[in-house]
Amino acid sequence: MELKDLYEGFRNPQTIKSFASEIAKEAESLAEPLRVMEVCGGHTHTIMKYGLLQILPKNIKFVHGPGCPVCIMPKERIDHAISLAKMDNTILCTLGDMIRVPGSYSSLALERAKGADIRALYSPLDVIKISKENSNKNVIFFAIGFETTTPMTAAVIDYVVKNRISNVYFHINHVLVPPAVRAIMNPRKAKINAFIGPSHVSVITGSKIYEPLSDEYKTPIVVSGFEPVDVMEAILLLVKQKNVGKAEVEIEYKRSVTRDGNIKAQELIEKYLEVRGHFRWRGIGDIPESALKLKNEYSYLDAEILFKDRLSNEEIDDHKQCICGTILQGLAYPQDCKVFAKVCTPSNPLGSCMVSDEGACNAYYRYGSIDNE
Amino acid sequence: MCLSIPSKVEKIDENNMATVDTMGVKRDISLDLMADDVQIGDYILIHVGFAMNKIDKEEAEQSLRVYEEMVEAMQTQEDS
Repeated sequence: MELKDLYEGFRNPQTIKSFASEIAKEAESLAEPLRVMEVCGGHTHTIMKYGLLQILPKNIKFVHGPGCPVCIMPKERIDHAISLAKMDNTILCTLGDMIRVPGSYSSLALERAKGADIRALYSPLDVIKISKENSNKNVIFFAIGFETTTPMTAAVIDYVVKNRISNVYFHINHVLVPPAVRAIMNPRKAKINAFIGPSHVSVITGSKIYEPLSDEYKTPIVVSGFEPVDVMEAILLLVKQKNVGKAEVEIEYKRSVTRDGNIKAQELIEKYLEVRGHFRWRGIGDIPESALKLKNEYSYLDAEILFKDRLSNEEIDDHKQCICGTILQGLAYPQDCKVFAKVCTPSNPLGSCMVSDEGACNAYYRYGSIDNE
Repeated sequence: MCLSIPSKVEKIDENNMATVDTMGVKRDISLDLMADDVQIGDYILIHVGFAMNKIDKEEAEQSLRVYEEMVEAMQTQEDS
Protein backbone atom coordinates (compact mmCIF):
# COMPACT_ATOMS: atom_id res chain seq x y z
CA MET A 1 0.00 0.00 0.00
CA GLU A 2 1.31 3.45 -0.95
CA LEU A 3 0.78 6.59 1.12
CA LYS A 4 -1.51 7.98 -1.59
CA ASP A 5 -3.85 4.99 -1.14
CA LEU A 6 -4.63 6.30 2.35
CA TYR A 7 -6.01 9.42 0.68
CA GLU A 8 -7.36 8.26 -2.68
CA GLY A 9 -8.70 4.92 -1.48
CA PHE A 10 -11.01 6.69 0.97
CA ARG A 11 -12.14 9.37 -1.49
CA ASN A 12 -12.94 7.09 -4.41
CA PRO A 13 -16.14 8.27 -6.14
CA GLN A 14 -17.10 4.70 -7.15
CA THR A 15 -16.86 3.54 -3.54
CA ILE A 16 -18.94 6.51 -2.37
CA LYS A 17 -21.55 5.60 -5.00
CA SER A 18 -21.62 1.96 -3.89
CA PHE A 19 -22.18 3.01 -0.30
CA ALA A 20 -24.94 5.40 -1.39
CA SER A 21 -26.80 2.56 -3.08
CA GLU A 22 -26.32 0.20 -0.08
CA ILE A 23 -27.53 2.92 2.28
CA ALA A 24 -30.57 3.63 0.09
CA LYS A 25 -31.55 -0.07 0.25
CA GLU A 26 -31.06 -0.36 4.02
CA ALA A 27 -32.73 2.96 4.76
CA GLU A 28 -36.02 1.73 3.29
CA SER A 29 -36.43 -0.39 6.42
CA LEU A 30 -35.84 2.45 8.88
CA ALA A 31 -38.77 2.71 11.31
CA GLU A 32 -38.17 6.46 11.77
CA PRO A 33 -35.97 8.99 10.00
CA LEU A 34 -32.32 8.86 11.05
CA ARG A 35 -31.34 12.13 12.70
CA VAL A 36 -27.61 11.72 12.96
CA MET A 37 -25.40 14.24 14.71
CA GLU A 38 -21.85 14.44 13.46
CA VAL A 39 -20.33 15.73 16.68
CA CYS A 40 -17.17 17.00 15.04
CA GLY A 41 -16.87 19.98 12.72
CA GLY A 42 -14.36 18.07 10.58
CA HIS A 43 -17.17 15.73 9.58
CA THR A 44 -19.49 18.67 8.84
CA HIS A 45 -16.83 19.91 6.45
CA THR A 46 -16.52 16.50 4.71
CA ILE A 47 -20.30 16.14 4.38
CA MET A 48 -20.61 19.57 2.74
CA LYS A 49 -17.43 19.44 0.66
CA TYR A 50 -18.22 16.10 -0.95
CA GLY A 51 -21.95 16.76 -1.31
CA LEU A 52 -22.90 13.70 0.73
CA LEU A 53 -26.28 15.18 1.70
CA GLN A 54 -27.37 15.15 -1.91
CA ILE A 55 -26.67 11.44 -2.45
CA LEU A 56 -28.31 10.18 0.74
CA PRO A 57 -31.99 9.24 1.04
CA LYS A 58 -34.44 11.82 2.38
CA ASN A 59 -34.97 9.95 5.63
CA ILE A 60 -31.36 10.57 6.70
CA LYS A 61 -30.74 14.02 8.17
CA PHE A 62 -27.56 15.48 9.57
CA VAL A 63 -27.65 17.62 12.68
CA HIS A 64 -24.38 19.51 12.96
CA GLY A 65 -22.66 19.21 16.30
CA PRO A 66 -20.64 21.49 18.60
CA GLY A 67 -17.25 19.93 17.82
CA CYS A 68 -15.44 23.05 16.71
CA PRO A 69 -13.18 24.42 19.46
CA VAL A 70 -13.00 27.88 17.94
CA CYS A 71 -16.79 28.07 17.59
CA ILE A 72 -17.58 27.27 21.20
CA MET A 73 -15.15 29.72 22.79
CA PRO A 74 -17.21 32.33 24.68
CA LYS A 75 -16.44 35.98 24.10
CA GLU A 76 -15.18 36.58 27.62
CA ARG A 77 -12.38 34.08 27.06
CA ILE A 78 -11.42 35.65 23.74
CA ASP A 79 -11.31 38.92 25.69
CA HIS A 80 -8.91 37.16 28.10
CA ALA A 81 -6.57 36.40 25.21
CA ILE A 82 -6.77 40.01 24.05
CA SER A 83 -6.10 41.38 27.56
CA LEU A 84 -3.10 39.07 27.95
CA ALA A 85 -1.73 40.04 24.52
CA LYS A 86 -1.94 43.74 25.44
CA MET A 87 0.29 43.36 28.51
CA ASP A 88 3.79 44.81 28.28
CA ASN A 89 6.63 42.52 27.36
CA THR A 90 4.31 39.72 26.26
CA ILE A 91 4.03 37.37 23.30
CA LEU A 92 0.67 35.65 23.01
CA CYS A 93 0.64 32.38 21.05
CA THR A 94 -2.35 30.37 19.89
CA LEU A 95 -3.41 27.97 17.15
CA GLY A 96 -5.24 28.31 13.88
CA ASP A 97 -8.37 30.34 13.41
CA MET A 98 -8.49 31.56 16.99
CA ILE A 99 -6.95 34.89 16.06
CA ARG A 100 -9.86 35.84 13.78
CA VAL A 101 -12.71 35.16 16.20
CA PRO A 102 -14.36 38.36 17.43
CA GLY A 103 -14.44 38.94 21.18
CA SER A 104 -16.67 41.56 22.77
CA TYR A 105 -14.74 44.55 21.42
CA SER A 106 -11.87 43.30 19.26
CA SER A 107 -10.12 40.20 17.95
CA LEU A 108 -6.55 38.97 18.23
CA ALA A 109 -6.04 39.73 14.54
CA LEU A 110 -7.08 43.37 15.07
CA GLU A 111 -4.84 43.69 18.11
CA ARG A 112 -1.96 42.23 16.13
CA ALA A 113 -2.52 44.83 13.44
CA LYS A 114 -2.35 47.49 16.15
CA GLY A 115 1.05 46.21 17.25
CA ALA A 116 0.54 43.49 19.85
CA ASP A 117 2.89 40.52 19.47
CA ILE A 118 0.45 37.71 18.68
CA ARG A 119 1.57 34.55 16.93
CA ALA A 120 -0.61 31.94 15.23
CA LEU A 121 1.42 28.75 15.53
CA TYR A 122 1.58 25.64 13.41
CA SER A 123 2.50 23.59 16.46
CA PRO A 124 2.43 24.17 20.24
CA LEU A 125 6.11 23.10 20.12
CA ASP A 126 6.91 26.50 18.59
CA VAL A 127 6.16 27.99 22.04
CA ILE A 128 9.45 26.56 23.27
CA LYS A 129 11.45 27.99 20.41
CA ILE A 130 9.81 31.42 20.80
CA SER A 131 10.45 31.42 24.56
CA LYS A 132 14.17 30.73 23.99
CA GLU A 133 14.51 33.44 21.36
CA ASN A 134 12.75 35.94 23.64
CA SER A 135 14.07 35.15 27.10
CA ASN A 136 13.32 38.69 28.31
CA LYS A 137 9.60 38.40 27.47
CA ASN A 138 6.65 36.46 28.85
CA VAL A 139 5.30 33.93 26.38
CA ILE A 140 1.67 32.96 27.00
CA PHE A 141 0.16 29.99 25.20
CA PHE A 142 -3.61 30.36 24.78
CA ALA A 143 -4.35 26.64 24.46
CA ILE A 144 -7.50 25.57 22.64
CA GLY A 145 -8.92 22.34 21.30
CA PHE A 146 -10.75 19.12 22.11
CA GLU A 147 -9.10 15.89 23.32
CA THR A 148 -7.14 15.69 20.04
CA THR A 149 -5.01 18.74 20.78
CA THR A 150 -4.76 18.45 24.57
CA PRO A 151 -1.81 15.99 24.66
CA MET A 152 0.29 18.36 22.54
CA THR A 153 -0.28 21.13 25.11
CA ALA A 154 0.56 18.64 27.87
CA ALA A 155 3.82 17.78 26.05
CA VAL A 156 4.80 21.46 26.04
CA ILE A 157 3.90 21.81 29.75
CA ASP A 158 6.03 18.73 30.38
CA TYR A 159 9.00 20.31 28.59
CA VAL A 160 8.58 23.62 30.42
CA VAL A 161 8.37 21.92 33.83
CA LYS A 162 11.29 19.53 33.26
CA ASN A 163 13.58 22.17 31.77
CA ARG A 164 12.50 24.84 34.27
CA ILE A 165 11.74 27.36 31.58
CA SER A 166 10.74 30.49 33.48
CA ASN A 167 9.03 32.67 30.86
CA VAL A 168 6.21 30.44 29.56
CA TYR A 169 2.62 30.49 30.91
CA PHE A 170 -0.55 28.72 29.85
CA HIS A 171 -4.19 29.80 29.49
CA ILE A 172 -5.99 26.47 29.17
CA ASN A 173 -9.25 26.17 27.21
CA HIS A 174 -9.23 22.47 26.39
CA VAL A 175 -12.75 21.07 26.20
CA LEU A 176 -14.24 17.58 26.33
CA VAL A 177 -16.60 15.83 23.93
CA PRO A 178 -18.76 13.61 26.21
CA PRO A 179 -20.12 16.43 28.47
CA ALA A 180 -21.01 18.45 25.35
CA VAL A 181 -22.95 15.50 23.91
CA ARG A 182 -24.82 15.19 27.22
CA ALA A 183 -25.64 18.91 27.22
CA ILE A 184 -27.26 18.48 23.82
CA MET A 185 -29.01 15.19 24.57
CA ASN A 186 -30.45 16.03 27.98
CA PRO A 187 -32.97 18.64 26.80
CA ARG A 188 -33.86 16.14 24.03
CA LYS A 189 -34.87 19.03 21.79
CA ALA A 190 -32.65 18.14 18.85
CA LYS A 191 -34.21 14.64 18.65
CA ILE A 192 -30.96 12.95 17.68
CA ASN A 193 -31.09 9.18 17.32
CA ALA A 194 -27.59 8.37 16.03
CA PHE A 195 -24.08 9.77 16.30
CA ILE A 196 -21.00 9.84 14.13
CA GLY A 197 -18.15 9.87 16.65
CA PRO A 198 -15.12 12.14 16.11
CA SER A 199 -12.06 10.77 14.28
CA HIS A 200 -9.03 12.18 15.98
CA VAL A 201 -10.47 12.85 19.41
CA SER A 202 -11.02 9.08 19.40
CA VAL A 203 -7.44 8.33 18.26
CA ILE A 204 -6.36 9.84 21.60
CA THR A 205 -9.20 8.82 23.94
CA GLY A 206 -10.21 5.52 22.37
CA SER A 207 -13.81 4.65 21.53
CA LYS A 208 -14.48 3.63 25.15
CA ILE A 209 -15.43 7.18 26.14
CA TYR A 210 -18.66 6.86 24.13
CA GLU A 211 -19.86 3.63 25.74
CA PRO A 212 -21.69 5.35 28.65
CA LEU A 213 -23.37 7.68 26.13
CA SER A 214 -24.68 4.94 23.85
CA ASP A 215 -26.00 3.06 26.91
CA GLU A 216 -27.59 6.10 28.51
CA TYR A 217 -29.31 7.44 25.39
CA LYS A 218 -29.90 4.06 23.66
CA THR A 219 -28.25 5.55 20.61
CA PRO A 220 -25.76 3.95 18.19
CA ILE A 221 -22.42 5.74 17.87
CA VAL A 222 -20.05 4.96 15.00
CA VAL A 223 -16.53 6.41 15.18
CA SER A 224 -15.69 7.44 11.64
CA GLY A 225 -12.64 8.69 9.75
CA PHE A 226 -12.73 12.09 8.05
CA GLU A 227 -12.71 10.93 4.44
CA PRO A 228 -16.00 10.79 2.52
CA VAL A 229 -15.89 6.98 2.17
CA ASP A 230 -15.45 6.75 5.95
CA VAL A 231 -18.51 8.92 6.56
CA MET A 232 -20.63 6.90 4.10
CA GLU A 233 -19.57 3.61 5.69
CA ALA A 234 -20.37 5.03 9.15
CA ILE A 235 -23.87 5.99 7.97
CA LEU A 236 -24.42 2.47 6.63
CA LEU A 237 -23.32 0.97 9.96
CA LEU A 238 -25.68 3.32 11.84
CA VAL A 239 -28.64 2.42 9.63
CA LYS A 240 -27.88 -1.29 10.04
CA GLN A 241 -27.74 -0.94 13.85
CA LYS A 242 -31.06 0.93 13.81
CA ASN A 243 -32.70 -1.73 11.67
CA VAL A 244 -31.82 -4.50 14.13
CA GLY A 245 -32.55 -2.38 17.21
CA LYS A 246 -28.95 -2.11 18.42
CA ALA A 247 -27.37 0.89 20.17
CA GLU A 248 -23.66 0.19 20.36
CA VAL A 249 -20.33 1.91 19.91
CA GLU A 250 -18.74 0.71 16.69
CA ILE A 251 -15.46 1.74 15.05
CA GLU A 252 -15.47 2.38 11.31
CA TYR A 253 -12.07 4.14 11.47
CA LYS A 254 -10.24 0.93 12.38
CA ARG A 255 -6.98 1.93 10.73
CA SER A 256 -6.45 4.58 13.43
CA VAL A 257 -8.84 4.11 16.36
CA THR A 258 -8.81 1.45 19.08
CA ARG A 259 -11.04 1.01 22.10
CA ASP A 260 -8.30 2.21 24.47
CA GLY A 261 -6.69 4.99 22.42
CA ASN A 262 -3.24 6.48 22.95
CA ILE A 263 -2.49 5.65 26.59
CA LYS A 264 0.80 7.56 26.66
CA ALA A 265 -1.01 10.73 25.57
CA GLN A 266 -3.77 10.16 28.14
CA GLU A 267 -1.20 9.74 30.94
CA LEU A 268 0.57 12.93 29.97
CA ILE A 269 -2.73 14.85 30.13
CA GLU A 270 -3.56 13.36 33.53
CA LYS A 271 -0.16 14.35 34.89
CA TYR A 272 -0.68 18.08 34.32
CA LEU A 273 -4.37 18.77 33.76
CA GLU A 274 -7.61 18.14 35.62
CA VAL A 275 -11.31 18.68 35.02
CA ARG A 276 -12.59 22.14 35.96
CA GLY A 277 -15.95 22.53 37.65
CA HIS A 278 -17.53 24.79 35.07
CA PHE A 279 -16.89 26.08 31.58
CA ARG A 280 -19.21 28.29 29.56
CA TRP A 281 -19.69 27.24 25.93
CA ARG A 282 -20.55 29.90 23.42
CA GLY A 283 -24.24 29.71 22.65
CA ILE A 284 -24.84 26.68 24.86
CA GLY A 285 -24.01 28.12 28.27
CA ASP A 286 -22.40 26.52 31.30
CA ILE A 287 -21.60 22.81 31.02
CA PRO A 288 -20.29 21.35 34.29
CA GLU A 289 -17.01 19.42 34.12
CA SER A 290 -16.68 19.99 30.38
CA ALA A 291 -13.18 21.46 30.23
CA LEU A 292 -9.70 21.10 31.71
CA LYS A 293 -7.35 23.33 33.72
CA LEU A 294 -3.82 23.08 35.08
CA LYS A 295 -3.52 21.09 38.31
CA ASN A 296 -2.96 23.21 41.44
CA GLU A 297 0.67 22.13 41.75
CA TYR A 298 1.35 23.79 38.39
CA SER A 299 -0.60 26.97 39.15
CA TYR A 300 2.70 28.86 38.87
CA LEU A 301 2.32 28.34 35.10
CA ASP A 302 -1.37 29.29 34.96
CA ALA A 303 -1.91 32.66 33.22
CA GLU A 304 -5.53 32.64 34.35
CA ILE A 305 -4.41 32.71 37.99
CA LEU A 306 -1.25 34.83 37.65
CA PHE A 307 -2.91 37.62 35.69
CA LYS A 308 -6.40 37.29 37.16
CA ASP A 309 -6.59 41.00 38.02
CA ARG A 310 -6.63 41.78 34.31
CA LEU A 311 -9.16 39.11 33.29
CA SER A 312 -12.90 39.58 33.65
CA ASN A 313 -15.20 36.57 33.88
CA GLU A 314 -18.37 38.49 33.23
CA GLU A 315 -20.47 36.48 30.79
CA ILE A 316 -20.77 38.11 27.39
CA ASP A 317 -23.40 36.86 24.96
CA ASP A 318 -23.28 36.75 21.19
CA HIS A 319 -24.55 39.42 18.82
CA LYS A 320 -28.36 39.44 18.98
CA GLN A 321 -28.76 38.51 15.32
CA CYS A 322 -26.29 35.59 15.51
CA ILE A 323 -27.83 32.14 16.05
CA CYS A 324 -24.53 30.25 16.39
CA GLY A 325 -25.62 28.89 19.76
CA THR A 326 -28.83 27.41 18.39
CA ILE A 327 -26.89 25.89 15.48
CA LEU A 328 -24.30 24.42 17.87
CA GLN A 329 -27.11 22.72 19.79
CA GLY A 330 -28.44 21.16 16.60
CA LEU A 331 -31.68 23.20 16.73
CA ALA A 332 -31.16 25.30 13.59
CA TYR A 333 -29.29 25.34 10.30
CA PRO A 334 -27.13 28.21 9.00
CA GLN A 335 -29.72 29.30 6.45
CA ASP A 336 -32.20 29.87 9.31
CA CYS A 337 -30.03 32.82 10.38
CA LYS A 338 -31.04 36.26 9.13
CA VAL A 339 -27.48 37.51 8.78
CA PHE A 340 -26.01 34.33 7.21
CA ALA A 341 -24.07 35.15 4.01
CA LYS A 342 -25.37 38.74 4.20
CA VAL A 343 -23.80 40.64 7.06
CA CYS A 344 -21.93 37.58 8.29
CA THR A 345 -19.35 36.11 5.89
CA PRO A 346 -15.98 34.35 6.33
CA SER A 347 -14.12 37.61 5.65
CA ASN A 348 -16.27 39.51 8.12
CA PRO A 349 -17.66 36.96 10.57
CA LEU A 350 -20.24 38.08 13.11
CA GLY A 351 -20.26 34.76 14.92
CA SER A 352 -17.74 32.02 15.53
CA CYS A 353 -19.48 29.37 13.36
CA MET A 354 -18.55 31.46 10.33
CA VAL A 355 -14.89 31.87 11.32
CA SER A 356 -13.56 28.36 11.49
CA ASP A 357 -13.39 25.87 8.62
CA GLU A 358 -15.14 23.47 10.93
CA GLY A 359 -18.02 25.80 11.73
CA ALA A 360 -21.33 24.83 10.14
CA CYS A 361 -21.92 28.36 8.75
CA ASN A 362 -18.50 28.45 7.12
CA ALA A 363 -19.04 25.03 5.49
CA TYR A 364 -22.50 26.06 4.18
CA TYR A 365 -21.13 29.35 2.89
CA ARG A 366 -18.27 27.63 1.02
CA TYR A 367 -20.10 24.70 -0.45
CA GLY A 368 -23.39 26.23 -1.44
CA SER A 369 -26.90 26.35 -0.13
CA ILE A 370 -28.41 23.05 0.84
CA ASP A 371 -32.04 22.30 1.41
CA ASN A 372 -32.43 20.46 4.69
CA GLU A 373 -36.18 20.26 4.54
CA MET B 1 -8.65 21.94 14.30
CA CYS B 2 -8.81 18.17 14.69
CA LEU B 3 -7.78 17.46 11.13
CA SER B 4 -4.78 15.27 10.80
CA ILE B 5 -2.78 13.99 7.89
CA PRO B 6 -1.37 10.57 7.04
CA SER B 7 2.39 10.80 6.49
CA LYS B 8 5.33 8.44 5.95
CA VAL B 9 8.31 8.37 8.33
CA GLU B 10 11.58 8.96 6.48
CA LYS B 11 14.10 9.68 9.23
CA ILE B 12 14.24 9.59 13.04
CA ASP B 13 16.86 11.55 14.99
CA GLU B 14 18.30 11.22 18.50
CA ASN B 15 15.89 13.85 19.90
CA ASN B 16 12.89 11.68 19.05
CA MET B 17 12.00 13.94 16.12
CA ALA B 18 11.05 12.42 12.77
CA THR B 19 11.17 13.78 9.26
CA VAL B 20 7.97 12.79 7.50
CA ASP B 21 6.70 12.99 3.96
CA THR B 22 3.12 14.19 3.46
CA MET B 23 2.39 13.71 -0.22
CA GLY B 24 5.61 15.45 -1.22
CA VAL B 25 5.81 17.95 1.65
CA LYS B 26 8.58 17.24 4.18
CA ARG B 27 8.31 18.31 7.77
CA ASP B 28 9.82 17.59 11.17
CA ILE B 29 7.49 16.34 13.86
CA SER B 30 7.80 15.09 17.43
CA LEU B 31 7.38 11.42 18.35
CA ASP B 32 7.02 12.23 22.07
CA LEU B 33 3.37 11.10 22.21
CA MET B 34 4.06 7.70 20.67
CA ALA B 35 4.09 4.69 22.99
CA ASP B 36 4.92 2.20 20.23
CA ASP B 37 8.23 1.94 18.52
CA VAL B 38 8.12 3.95 15.29
CA GLN B 39 10.14 2.69 12.33
CA ILE B 40 11.23 4.27 9.07
CA GLY B 41 8.55 3.51 6.47
CA ASP B 42 5.67 3.53 8.99
CA TYR B 43 2.56 5.55 8.20
CA ILE B 44 1.57 7.88 11.00
CA LEU B 45 -1.08 10.54 11.64
CA ILE B 46 0.27 14.04 12.25
CA HIS B 47 -1.54 16.66 14.32
CA VAL B 48 -0.08 20.14 15.07
CA GLY B 49 3.53 18.98 14.91
CA PHE B 50 3.18 15.65 16.71
CA ALA B 51 2.61 12.05 15.66
CA MET B 52 -0.66 10.84 17.23
CA ASN B 53 -0.62 7.18 16.24
CA LYS B 54 0.63 4.63 13.79
CA ILE B 55 -1.83 3.87 11.00
CA ASP B 56 -2.62 0.16 10.96
CA LYS B 57 -1.69 -0.82 7.39
CA GLU B 58 -3.44 -4.18 7.60
CA GLU B 59 -6.72 -2.58 8.68
CA ALA B 60 -6.42 0.02 5.92
CA GLU B 61 -5.72 -2.64 3.29
CA GLN B 62 -8.59 -4.75 4.59
CA SER B 63 -11.00 -1.79 4.25
CA LEU B 64 -9.78 -1.02 0.74
CA ARG B 65 -10.25 -4.68 -0.30
CA VAL B 66 -13.83 -4.69 1.02
CA TYR B 67 -14.55 -1.47 -0.88
CA GLU B 68 -13.12 -2.90 -4.11
CA GLU B 69 -15.32 -5.98 -3.80
CA MET B 70 -18.34 -3.78 -3.15
CA VAL B 71 -17.71 -1.65 -6.22
CA GLU B 72 -17.18 -4.77 -8.37
CA ALA B 73 -20.40 -6.35 -7.09
CA MET B 74 -22.33 -3.18 -7.88
CA GLN B 75 -20.90 -2.94 -11.36
CA THR B 76 -21.73 -6.59 -12.10
CA GLN B 77 -25.28 -5.91 -10.90
CA GLU B 78 -25.57 -2.85 -13.12
CA ASP B 79 -24.23 -4.76 -16.14
CA SER B 80 -26.62 -7.67 -15.74
